[in-house]
Amino acid sequence: MSTIVSLPDQATAKLPAKSFLNQEYGLKSWLLTGDHKRIAILYLISISFFFVIGGVLAGLIRLELLTPPSDLMATDTYNKVFSMHGIIMIFLFLVPSVPATIGNFLIPLMVGARDLAFPKINLLSWYLYVAGGIFVLSAMVLGGVDTGWTFTTPLSTHYLNTHVVTAAMGIFLAGFSSIFTGLNFIVTVHRMRCPGMTWFRLPLFVWGHYATSIIMILGTPVLAITLVLVALERTMSIGVFDPTKGGDPLLFQHLFWFYSHPAVYIMILPGMAVISEVISTFSRKRVFGYTAVAFSSVAIAVFGFLVWEHHMFIMGVSQYSALVFSLMTMLVAVPSAIKIFNWSMTLYKGSITFETPMLYAFGFLGLFTIGGLTGIFLATLGMDIHLTETYFIVAHFHFVMVGGMLMAYLAGVHFWWPKMTGRMYPEAISKTAAVITFIGFIVTFFPQFLLGYLGMPRRYAAYPADFQVLNVFSTAGASILGIGYLLPMLYLPWSLIYGKIAGNNPWQATGLEWQIQSPPLTENFAEIPIMDHEAYDYEWLANKTQHEVQTVG
Amino acid sequence: MTEKTQETHQDAEVHVVKPPVYLAIFLALLALTALTTGISFIDLGVFNAVIALAIACFKASLVVLFFMHLHYSSRLLKLTVAAGIFTFLLLISLTMTDYISRAWGMF
Repeated sequence: MSTIVSLPDQATAKLPAKSFLNQEYGLKSWLLTGDHKRIAILYLISISFFFVIGGVLAGLIRLELLTPPSDLMATDTYNKVFSMHGIIMIFLFLVPSVPATIGNFLIPLMVGARDLAFPKINLLSWYLYVAGGIFVLSAMVLGGVDTGWTFTTPLSTHYLNTHVVTAAMGIFLAGFSSIFTGLNFIVTVHRMRCPGMTWFRLPLFVWGHYATSIIMILGTPVLAITLVLVALERTMSIGVFDPTKGGDPLLFQHLFWFYSHPAVYIMILPGMAVISEVISTFSRKRVFGYTAVAFSSVAIAVFGFLVWEHHMFIMGVSQYSALVFSLMTMLVAVPSAIKIFNWSMTLYKGSITFETPMLYAFGFLGLFTIGGLTGIFLATLGMDIHLTETYFIVAHFHFVMVGGMLMAYLAGVHFWWPKMTGRMYPEAISKTAAVITFIGFIVTFFPQFLLGYLGMPRRYAAYPADFQVLNVFSTAGASILGIGYLLPMLYLPWSLIYGKIAGNNPWQATGLEWQIQSPPLTENFAEIPIMDHEAYDYEWLANKTQHEVQTVG
Repeated sequence: MTEKTQETHQDAEVHVVKPPVYLAIFLALLALTALTTGISFIDLGVFNAVIALAIACFKASLVVLFFMHLHYSSRLLKLTVAAGIFTFLLLISLTMTDYISRAWGMF
């Protein structure tokens, strides 16, 4: 099979003498760093840690559901396990996954800047994230939370005696960490682009992150306020969500989903940003309809704020507003479809090669499309009454979040691994891991669509024996999926020592980040680059490579 | 400040607000607080909350425009603040589509 990978001669190749990794040594040089690349690595390590915890909890859920009765754990414990799985995976993994790691590393490199606009705020954002993580972990260790990740009132404010406030405090802090990341990205993209880097020469990765940052800044404060209100309601009974005092429990859901639905786009837009880069590079073509893809990111960010009530259709909201929100939910499908069609058109007549990031990107295209289309089912009012609060919903958002976002995250980690570390991951085993992940994913979550359609409710530890066959499929799939995720956790650290030397541009990609050494210098560019061509201009790259003077030694 | 540093700061568009302006705004805020307190002694029915909120919004605008220098800032910064206000209005108005129409029942 053909490949575009071009590595330097391994007999003579060496890592660059000086890079951000060996500029300084010692724990302190990492914990007090202002370098966006080092902060990205700190984030990478911490989100991987939380991913493992969230993954183990998911494993426990699937084990419990292997058999119909609630036999592995008590029903109370089951509630705590799925709540913690949701809280950790959403707030401590998915929200910071691509932006805080890959985005942090790449935004300055892609716009041609030496760092983000506010390096210290960037570091503060990581510390807030860690503090938030410690709060969430303490809530878990002290006895857990069983509200579900949504903290739904009046359950969370009146009926539970678990560590709701501790967990909410953790999410509050993690929220500020994501606000700071968004703030940094917006200011950097506005103020620190290199000469010649106009808005429409920015890689689509940057557009995707810009749109994400808008949601982070405008949405997250609402979540913070809502969680504070829950805490005040629990501790001081202020009555905002209490009908006996003139409040309304549904008001909580309006406020919560006003953030948490756009948060879905905080999670998926950076994934889409990665996919644009990967698909273009491995089909050797400019992304089809660059402007449409760029604006569709912004459109998703804006429309994302107009649809939140579709989480509440069966909960007593008015019929009229349900109608309004159902219609607007359908609208979000338009920019999402623009992206999918444009990526498909990019593949058309491209010179496609099948390296690992591209395999993950293909996984993304298929799984995200299924996840998105089942979203249309759920946006339809009549259908939603049948499907909501069943496993259909669980399958739907796992297709988008795990099948979409996690695939994109892994595509991104593999794609930029050579840039971050200077070394290649092992290609054969990583391709195997990508395929295992895809198969494991389908086997885990496809049966859940059927279960949900047949009426199995979510959030229960026990279920009727009729549903067991499909649940066994799902649990079996989860173990395959687990292996798929375990493999990169083993071979990526291995490659830090034994991986092949990658050279500057192993993929022959066009982005500014690929024109500098891997791993980059602390100051990124020896000289600030001048952008004199469009994004994804492969002819420019071919010309440049042809006339490049090769210096040895 | 030398001419050279002024040139480099031109980009940031630093505007020095004179103390009398601050004082005037401060006095206006005090007067409006007194007005809010005074008006709370008169029962205006449904307008009680409306007037209190209107005065509060006006005071907040004064703070944002003058104390926080938005009045003298670039259009981009004004747009940024407008985006925040727009999002807040979305939150209120779309939530109200639920609250005003719950009594309409089925149709």
